[in-house]
Amino acid sequence: MTKTNKSLRPDGRKEDEMRKISMEVGVIPNANGSAKFKIGKTIAIAGVYGPRELHPRRLRLADTGLLRCNYDLMSFSVSDRKRPGPGRRDKELSLVSSNALTSVVFLDKYDMQVIDVFIQIPQADAGTRCAGICAASLALADAGIPMRGMAGSISVGAIGKTVVVDLTKEEEDWAEGATDVPLTYCPKTGTITHLQLDGEITKKDLFKAIDMGVKSAEELVEMQEKVLKEKYDGGALK
Amino acid sequence: MKQYIEKIGKEGLRIDGRGFDDFREVKIETGVSKKAEGSAMISIGNTRVMAGVKMELGEPYSDSPDEGSLMVTFEEAQIASPDWEGGPPSLEAIEIARTVDRGIRESHMVDFKKLCVKKGELVWKVFIDIYPFNYDGNIIDACSIAAIAALLDAKVPKIKGDKVLYGELTKEKLPVIKVPITTTFVKVGDFIMVDPSLKEEVLMDARLSVSTSGKDKINAMQKSGSGGFTPDEVKAMIDKSFKIRPAIEEALKPLQGGKK
Repeated sequence: MTKTNKSLRPDGRKEDEMRKISMEVGVIPNANGSAKFKIGKTIAIAGVYGPRELHPRRLRLADTGLLRCNYDLMSFSVSDRKRPGPGRRDKELSLVSSNALTSVVFLDKYDMQVIDVFIQIPQADAGTRCAGICAASLALADAGIPMRGMAGSISVGAIGKTVVVDLTKEEEDWAEGATDVPLTYCPKTGTITHLQLDGEITKKDLFKAIDMGVKSAEELVEMQEKVLKEKYDGGALK
Repeated sequence: MKQYIEKIGKEGLRIDGRGFDDFREVKIETGVSKKAEGSAMISIGNTRVMAGVKMELGEPYSDSPDEGSLMVTFEEAQIASPDWEGGPPSLEAIEIARTVDRGIRESHMVDFKKLCVKKGELVWKVFIDIYPFNYDGNIIDACSIAAIAALLDAKVPKIKGDKVLYGELTKEKLPVIKVPITTTFVKVGDFIMVDPSLKEEVLMDARLSVSTSGKDKINAMQKSGSGGFTPDEVKAMIDKSFKIRPAIEEALKPLQGGKK
């Protein structure tokens, strides 16, 4: 990496600059709601089915509905083919994604039922779980499910000693060591609903990273709301 | 619903207004995953399927020491339909993968001898993984078109010794000799129709997929569903599959460059 202040990052981005983002809702006709979320070279597609009857029955909750995310890194989305089907990582990220979104959805009126969110990653360049959560947030709104607010999800972290937002695979693999802090934030409720950390980072840098993540999540939510308003002309969301 | 399909069938109609031999519009978009060596998202009407090709170096099978290999997987991804419930691949899903596999393998679409790097030691293993995104009938043809489009889109990655340098593709395409086309028919009551819509496929008595190549070659067939066809019906479907094929070939043409 060069020593100039302007462009410490391999792709020339500023430290707090996310990659190019595009979003689209209503991409899967069969689903009740769906969205495609693209950040740099990472792509996530989410489809929502439900609220619907929950199987197996033992998972039914008497006083609230269940939000169930299913994260699937597609076999050809990475350099070395991944064996198709859910592995341990997929299962963990399914749970993490469910937990990131459960509190932003008004689930109490859907007791005994389930809202299924299927997240597929066809192309991965780091930040896939966060892209998946952003796509899921859009898809839930597209499905007309009442929400406390939208959720923005982004990975922050440190490359060497520099705190940056939205790491690429190249940056994650940075030889001096990189720290990855994926987080999800809902501006409406003011809560971080998902936070993980992988690596080694000082407290000072971590605080900085969290602040940067929250700011980026707010920007993501603004973008999500804009895309939804464009589709529904403001009407359905009022 | 089934009675309704049969009732309007007498007037030569189908529930979505098509004729019995009409294939829905096929659309193909390639390069949908840049991490894959080749990829495509295709649609037949509202049925959408994505396929990706990944290539690995490995040891050849002992009965074909100088040939690369092919593997097709398919899963009933729950994102594509409220009726698919996940879990290990269903028997139907396995049948679909194997039907698509045979269509490609038996037609010798890809010249596997050219995918040999070092005889008896190192060959290319080609994986085609197929994921549906929206299921609205005719899943077999959709998977087959997606797999073929991804193969046509694929470029061989660079290698260094026996290591694959993923992300660095050569300009070399896969050695494609010809392009097989699969067309699927269903029988509902007394009526046989091509390219079944969702309800037609779910309510079918019997289904037949025919893979053809060249002027008059049939490379694979798969009959599924619990009902049956008369021999004449089977012959009629085979005939028709050659007549219907150009609609699909047209959509694949832009991917084939100068090749026939």
